[in-house]
Amino acid sequence: MTDLTSAEVPPIGPEDHVRGEGEGLVVYTDLGCPHCAGAWLELRARPNRLVFRHFPLASKHPRAPALHAAAEAAGAQGQFFAMVDSLYADRGRVDDPHLWERARELGLDLERFEADRRSAAVAERVRRDFQSGIRAGVTTTPAVYSLR
Amino acid sequence: MIAAGEPAPDFTLRDQDGEKVSLADFRGRKLLLVFYPGDFSPVCGDQFSIYQEVKPEIAAKGVELVGISVDSFFSHQAFREKLGIDTTLLSDFEPKGEVARAYGSYVEEMGFANRTLVLVDEDGIVAWTYESPNPGEFPGANVIFDALG
Repeated sequence: MTDLTSAEVPPIGPEDHVRGEGEGLVVYTDLGCPHCAGAWLELRARPNRLVFRHFPLASKHPRAPALHAAAEAAGAQGQFFAMVDSLYADRGRVDDPHLWERARELGLDLERFEADRRSAAVAERVRRDFQSGIRAGVTTTPAVYSLR
Repeated sequence: MIAAGEPAPDFTLRDQDGEKVSLADFRGRKLLLVFYPGDFSPVCGDQFSIYQEVKPEIAAKGVELVGISVDSFFSHQAFREKLGIDTTLLSDFEPKGEVARAYGSYVEEMGFANRTLVLVDEDGIVAWTYESPNPGEFPGANVIFDALG
């Protein structure tokens, strides 16, 4: 059974999506969340090692699971942060045709992108981040932690 | 605030559909009562959105989660629709806050319940409680799982 009891924020590890150098900022964030989109612009401009952790709230933002899966699928082709930046920069276009358009613009193999974003492995990867956020006591997004 | 080991005060309240729900209906099952200040406040929305995401894991522990506030059941209906949640919400509306008072969760000067969690066991006895330091903060879902073991 899944353990969701309290635990520390997991240290930055090889599975994490990391951008930049410096002190680590781990952000649990929701790709469907307008507050997160605003915070993302500020966070990515900082001189920090920025760690993106998935925290989609599907009831609040129904497209969030699809957007997080799209980011992971783009990540499988080396474009994780490019997709995140794209999704946060233009929050009004998040339906499937818009995701395909973004994938094309990023030069992704569309067939692979489609298969990956609907895969169980991607859903599990997103869920692992979400569960670590739950265990750390995340109650709102974005939730930012400073980790070395 | 009611304490672990005390019998949970009985109640009969209307849910979001206007149906009467009593504590006795849950006898033989564990029930987590989530008292909260009110529908449509930003914090309450976050609280139930987070809990919705881990509802299957809470259910896997044999626990049903139910929200209670002083709002009318019409308000509960709209709040559920807005949040996209399917959690049962009970209306402690008339006499206002009577159940919250019985559980020691009501904040007189504010006119609503503080954020309080009360776990009632299969026999109707309070097994665990949690009260937020103030209505602006809510316990993360991890706090619930710590209590459920």
